[in-house]
Amino acid sequence: MRESMQGATPWRQSEAQRQWSVRWRRWRGVPYVAPWCIGFLAFTLGPYLFSLYLSFNEWQLLGPIDYVGTDNYKQLFDDPLFIKSLVNTTYYTAIHVPGLMILAFAAALLLNEEVRFRALFRTVFYLPSITPGVAAVILWVWMLHPTGIVNTFLGFLGVPEDARPGWFASTDWAMPGLILMSFWGIGSMMVIYLAGLQGVPQHLYEAASIDGANWWQRLRNVTIPMMTPTIFFTMIVGVIGSFQSFASALIATEGGPANATLFVLLYLYYQAFRYFHMGYASAIAWLLFGIIMAFTLLQFALARRWVHYEG
Amino acid sequence: MAAVSEKTRAEVPARRRLLGALRKVMVYGLLIGGGLIFAFPFYWLVTTSLKPVDMIMADPPQWFPNPIAFSNFAELMDTAPVLHWVRNTVIVTFLGTIFYTASSVLAAYGFARHPFPGSRVLFFVVLATMMMPGHITIIPRFILFRELGWLDTLLPLIVPTLFGSAFYIFLLRQFFLTIPRDLDEAAELDGANTLQILWDILLPLARPAVVTVALFAFIEQWSDFLEPFIYLSSPENLTLQVGLRWFSTQYGTQFHLMMAGSVLAMAPVVLLFFFAQKQFIQGITLTGLKG
Repeated sequence: MRESMQGATPWRQSEAQRQWSVRWRRWRGVPYVAPWCIGFLAFTLGPYLFSLYLSFNEWQLLGPIDYVGTDNYKQLFDDPLFIKSLVNTTYYTAIHVPGLMILAFAAALLLNEEVRFRALFRTVFYLPSITPGVAAVILWVWMLHPTGIVNTFLGFLGVPEDARPGWFASTDWAMPGLILMSFWGIGSMMVIYLAGLQGVPQHLYEAASIDGANWWQRLRNVTIPMMTPTIFFTMIVGVIGSFQSFASALIATEGGPANATLFVLLYLYYQAFRYFHMGYASAIAWLLFGIIMAFTLLQFALARRWVHYEG
Repeated sequence: MAAVSEKTRAEVPARRRLLGALRKVMVYGLLIGGGLIFAFPFYWLVTTSLKPVDMIMADPPQWFPNPIAFSNFAELMDTAPVLHWVRNTVIVTFLGTIFYTASSVLAAYGFARHPFPGSRVLFFVVLATMMMPGHITIIPRFILFRELGWLDTLLPLIVPTLFGSAFYIFLLRQFFLTIPRDLDEAAELDGANTLQILWDILLPLARPAVVTVALFAFIEQWSDFLEPFIYLSSPENLTLQVGLRWFSTQYGTQFHLMMAGSVLAMAPVVLLFFFAQKQFIQGITLTGLKG
């Protein structure tokens, strides 16, 4: 093919053509990347800047945009509902993230054993994490109904009727209900751990066994240190996601009862789309952003003390 | 001293074997117990959806639907514009999957194979957007789509997919980088242009990664709740995921209908998973991402 082309084009490039071709080579990646850049400007960077601008203004969606300086932010600290939503979100994160990590790690350890039907077990633990969230939440609302199947099981276990949790009907139990439900989704974290476990060099276990280390000592001194980069990664991603929890509370409880499950993002949604306080809601968004960033940076700073990188 | 060591030498293998067996029992016990707990909700969902209304709250609970009733699905179709929701969801998922995959492939190819001045910085921006919380853009995007007159249409759910997604771009770029450059260079000497190199050389080799991205995009589009929830309002314009919720408020909480609806909403994802299990696991471990 090369020969036929050379035969068909017996011309020599002029200097201008050659220059143009060199320039084109240098920039020919641009058309491929450009659509993403346009999308980034239109749907991410632009919105980020506009949101920041709105957070210093008052706007009811209709009518003028009024500059209010830092009033929105000041007001947030005096807003009991916002404080409540922050406390709720922190409560949820403090149990949801470590719980999810421990359960996912345990499941990964079990699946890393040489067992029969490993693929089947992996499917069973993984599948819930990719089922559409709304359907999963509705299913759990049904199971956690005060007379639902979970309480029926508690009855089988001997829990008397008046001692069974009211779950989403109770201010004390609504949040534990959401957390319990969230543990059904350990799957994707579990698969990440599983990949990490398979990367731990086998010779380390052999060396530990020769030294007489038992199962717990091998886990404590080999597996966990080798897994710290993976654990760190899942923790960062888990906290960022957890602070942005929204759909499960909206569908299961709408933030109730008595605001017991009002998450920050749910409060943002209500402020923006129920009361049309666009500026105030944007300030909520940025304060949450600040909290997420602070947490992430803090975790990176602390990581030096416990995350172990090979080499 | 000698007596002690002789005694332990005889005992160790027996103890080891016992411990090994005990460990096996523990592992299987936990896997089976945990597996039952994780599988049960699926079982309860499907069986509830197949029970006649008056049996779903039965006490003691009915473990097997008897008789098996498909009436809930029929009632679901009658009470709500479910077929509209299914159609809308299929449109959003079908177009979104194609657009997301194609646009992400193009950008990933640009980053992986044709670096230009500034492209490293741009790629760093791609990585940064993966970590940036998306909640900031909820309000401005709503305002943008309102200005464009796109609210209550499917456009806000489809158009942004034309511009690729950071996570998919990252995943594909990493895969393209593993393909030897000699192949591109040979094709280029043969007179292939950049698009031909992508189409004829790289795409066939990157098939596993492209399939993985398409699967993720499918699930993302099919399962999306937040965006359709904010942009759509008319009953017949909703997607399935948003429609499910609209149920509970509109008719009180009619669990038999909600379970039937949830079966519809879950089925395609579950089926897809069973047909493409390998790609899913591969994709996640490939990047260690996606929650």
